[in-house]
Amino acid sequence: MNDRATRLLLLASVFVIATCGLIYELIAGTLASYLLGDSVLQFSTVIGVYLFAMGVGSWLSGFVERGESRLFVQVQFLIGLIGGFSAAALFVLFTQVNAFRPVLYGLIFLIGTLVGLEIPLLLRILKDRLEFKDLVARVFTFDYIGALLASLLFPLVLVPHLGLVRSSFLFGMLNVAVGLLSARVLRLSGPWARATSVLGCGLFVLLFGGFLAADRFTSWSERNTYTDPIIHAVSSPYQRIVLTQGAGDLRLHLNGNLQFSSRDEYRYHESLVHPGLARLPMAKRVLVLGGGDGLAVREVLKHPGVEQVLLVDLDPAMTRLFTQLPLLTQLNLDALASDKVRVVNADAFTWLAEAKETFDFVVVDFPDPSNFSLGKLYSTAFYRRLRPVIAPGGAVVVQCTSPLVARRAFWCIDATLRDTGFQTRPYHVYVPSFGEWGFILASLESLPTDLSLPEGLRFLSASTLRGLFEFPPDMDRVDVDVNRLNNQALVRYFEEDWGKVR
Amino acid sequence: MKGSVAAAAVGVAGSWTGCRPAPPSIQGTIVGPNRELGHRLRDGGLPAPERFEQVDVVVVGGGVAGLAAARTLSRAGGLKLVQVELESEVGGNSGWGQTATTAYPWGAHYVPLPGREAVEVVRLFEELGVITGHDVAGRPVYREEFLCHDPEERLFLHGRWQEGLIPHLGVSSAERAEIDRFLARMQSLREAEGSDGRPLFAIPVDRSSTDATCRALDLEPFSAWLDREGFRTRPLRWYVDYCCRDDFGLTAAGVSAFAGLHYFAARGGEAANADASAVVTWPAGNGWLVQRLREGITGELHRGCAVHSVAAHEGRVRVSAFDADSGSAVGWDAAQVVLAVPMFVAARLLGAPGAGRGTGAVYPPWLVANLTVDQIPDGRGMGPAWDNVLFEGRGLGYVVATHQQLRAVTGESVLTYYLPLDHLSPADARREAVAWTWDQARDLVLHDLARAHPDIAARTRRLDIKIWGHGMICPVPGFLWHGDRHRWSKPLGNIHFAHSDLSGISLFEEAYTRGVTAAHAILGRGTLSA
Ligand SMILES: Cc1cc2nc3c(=O)[nH]c(=O)nc-3n(C[C@H](O)[C@H](O)[C@H](O)COP(=O)(O)OP(=O)(O)OC[C@H]3O[C@@H](n4cnc5c(N)ncnc54)[C@H](O)[C@@H]3O)c2cc1C
Repeated sequence: MNDRATRLLLLASVFVIATCGLIYELIAGTLASYLLGDSVLQFSTVIGVYLFAMGVGSWLSGFVERGESRLFVQVQFLIGLIGGFSAAALFVLFTQVNAFRPVLYGLIFLIGTLVGLEIPLLLRILKDRLEFKDLVARVFTFDYIGALLASLLFPLVLVPHLGLVRSSFLFGMLNVAVGLLSARVLRLSGPWARATSVLGCGLFVLLFGGFLAADRFTSWSERNTYTDPIIHAVSSPYQRIVLTQGAGDLRLHLNGNLQFSSRDEYRYHESLVHPGLARLPMAKRVLVLGGGDGLAVREVLKHPGVEQVLLVDLDPAMTRLFTQLPLLTQLNLDALASDKVRVVNADAFTWLAEAKETFDFVVVDFPDPSNFSLGKLYSTAFYRRLRPVIAPGGAVVVQCTSPLVARRAFWCIDATLRDTGFQTRPYHVYVPSFGEWGFILASLESLPTDLSLPEGLRFLSASTLRGLFEFPPDMDRVDVDVNRLNNQALVRYFEEDWGKVR
Repeated sequence: MKGSVAAAAVGVAGSWTGCRPAPPSIQGTIVGPNRELGHRLRDGGLPAPERFEQVDVVVVGGGVAGLAAARTLSRAGGLKLVQVELESEVGGNSGWGQTATTAYPWGAHYVPLPGREAVEVVRLFEELGVITGHDVAGRPVYREEFLCHDPEERLFLHGRWQEGLIPHLGVSSAERAEIDRFLARMQSLREAEGSDGRPLFAIPVDRSSTDATCRALDLEPFSAWLDREGFRTRPLRWYVDYCCRDDFGLTAAGVSAFAGLHYFAARGGEAANADASAVVTWPAGNGWLVQRLREGITGELHRGCAVHSVAAHEGRVRVSAFDADSGSAVGWDAAQVVLAVPMFVAARLLGAPGAGRGTGAVYPPWLVANLTVDQIPDGRGMGPAWDNVLFEGRGLGYVVATHQQLRAVTGESVLTYYLPLDHLSPADARREAVAWTWDQARDLVLHDLARAHPDIAARTRRLDIKIWGHGMICPVPGFLWHGDRHRWSKPLGNIHFAHSDLSGISLFEEAYTRGVTAAHAILGRGTLSA
């Protein structure tokens, strides 16, 4: 290879290196703002740490006396490995380690240092081949063009089409490829050269494997389902849990169904809890069935008289997530870690069969009755099992899907509760991300009408409350069947009603 | 909905696990019955006991009929009672098994709502809390958990699943009209009474009207009746054949017209909280009832113990048996005996006095398979139901054991697949089936199901097989009303007979009522009217 070609190839690698470097930085910044929120803070700290680390890298290059070419190749491999796995590792570690920030910044610092080493090394490699003024001009030109390309590619192509995890693997592969190519171009020799190419090829294959396996993390189709980027996705034995983060909007999806949007969940959860609990000033013991996100518990804890809350949710993966993830504990105000709260991971139906305690207030917050197993949780058999756990004078509230969209489903739940001996007080509320939403307050004895709302509510007030219990004609009561295990009337109404709007 | 993007959800959850590891190979065996003991029993040569213990009653057989007799006797109190069962567990044709996830049936798996004539069964259901009370109209209220949960049935037809077993996908209007005419006809028969004021078709069958024209229907095959009445189109005939195979083990061509009509027209129960067509069922199938019956028995129970002779002796009855566990002979000298075993077994145990007992009885063999699957197979058109049937399939499809569970589905389940072996004469089919290796039987089952579930082999972790050589009696033409059935039902001195065979129709209600009736005869109470 002649000198000109060598020069050109080396300059091209500056371009690739610069692109890769910036991509890792962008990935880390995006990831941090997804996972930790507050994107301005995250981006500026990530950029700061990264640039500082690059400076450290440049400074360290001064200690390198010889063997620049070899070191350059080694650094490429290392960046490829660390940068390539960075996004996947951060996603996984996020839920595994308690101190996420040190890990995050540690990783950014490491990558920054290695990237900072590269350019000085390359300058030294090229110094005999170019004049100083040309050298500086060309290297920096390619560096900045690479940066421009990265900053365009990242939001326009990579995030929407590949996702963070695949993107980082892809650029890891590019880094390793540059390393392999430079080993050639720089004519590294000796036994070391052979080992280098074997190592490089191995790394390449490893990263490629990661690229393919990234599908296990989130699939193409899954990314297309959600408008916002997925920041966390796990499959428990019970469900697929996906968290997405848009601009200031954190959303939880279970099996693809939206459970809440952080923008308006307070409307839902205030309405779920307070219209019932605020009527029971003597309430001390509260049971929450479902609702592993702890948001209903957060509302319950606003009543100072409540001494004990028992949360029964099927999925340990859910309650763990909402006990540990800072992003989520910020939202539920650490409700699940409160001394007053006990979490039991069990199936509500089976748990009720063995329950011996009684509760003054019960919150039933199950997913919508969209399939036959869920339909059982809204049946006469279920409500019959619920009766004995309600303390004298106590009440239950049930989330009941949309009385506007699934009008028959809503009134079917009402009919089912009545058939089981409950008095009911249906109400509804508007939650922008859900639409018109319905709840039923049920009790075995009649409930007091006067109520005292706790402090600090964002939506409910004495005057909003009154309107909730009025049903306009398009949502008003209809005559429907009672939901029994042996007719699953509710699931059938629900499917038909929601089917119309899909 | 909470939330509203559900449409794509299923696809997402499915595609996410896109590349799964190769399926582990399927485990399994051919289970029971106790063949060795059975053969020794048949071939004779079991040692005679040296002494006979004095007892009041020995019940031979621990199927539903035997358990019903023993329970009724136990509740009367004050009797020294012994029950002897050949197998290591009671239940007979209503046996069950258990995995870590669920119980599952090996035979009988449901009981329809008992009608007015099945008083004994209604009383049992009240005692067991299956019936919890009555509404103002006097209709029984059933324990909701025990009623078959919705969706009850689905049928695989033209490449997709439809709800219900009566074909409607791709059925022409003429075919539909014929189905409707058939159903209307059955409904009118269900309401019809004979001149004696009894229903034409009742359960227990011996409580049906004695109406002569109706009983004459017993002489011709059901298929002949259907032809004559102009019920000929394919979807209906498949449905009718399916029902006959399901209850009797042979198609409409093999069973009597009386029996065929009995299947459709004798379902007389009602409930305050369910349709008349509802059934009660449990994960263990009727094994649940067997367990409850067993709990009500206070006598001595010998399992794994083969009775090989029952003989009158000085005004009492001597029962000789061989206990497989201890390898020793045991004997009882009883005031009364209930023979709750199939007729051909009773004939053998009795020796000369039993000669001719059960001649003409036909027992089509059955294959039952229990498949432990990592997930209940889904399919186009409709999700899993309790009973899942393939149109024109070789077998009768499968029942999902976890369907009655109230837990959120964890995935793993057991599917009980039923196949009456009616492709050959019962004797030839039995000879063939008994010789099958597990591999052969497994492939047969998987092949039949693969039409609806191409991935069934990959989903299956374990597949156990049971061959019922003489599963249940089949009411072939003439057997119900034109043979010696009634004579065989009468006691021989102080030996009483109680088995569903004696009804010619093998049902829980028949077996249970016969057991209770035998016990009542011993206790000096009324008997089953014939
Ligand atoms: C595959 C299959 C599916 C069925 N499904 C249904 C259903 O869904 N619903 C329904 O109602 N019915 C069903 N049945 C009918 C079932 O036969 C009856 O419901 C009922 O279980 C019959 O009880 P039984 O006591 O009359 O007879 P068996 O169950 O035959 O009881 C006889 C007992 O005697 C024992 N025995 C035999 N010989 C000896 C001996 N020498 N010494 C000691 N003990 C002996 C046997 O081991 C057995 O336990 C089904 C049957 C089969 C085979």
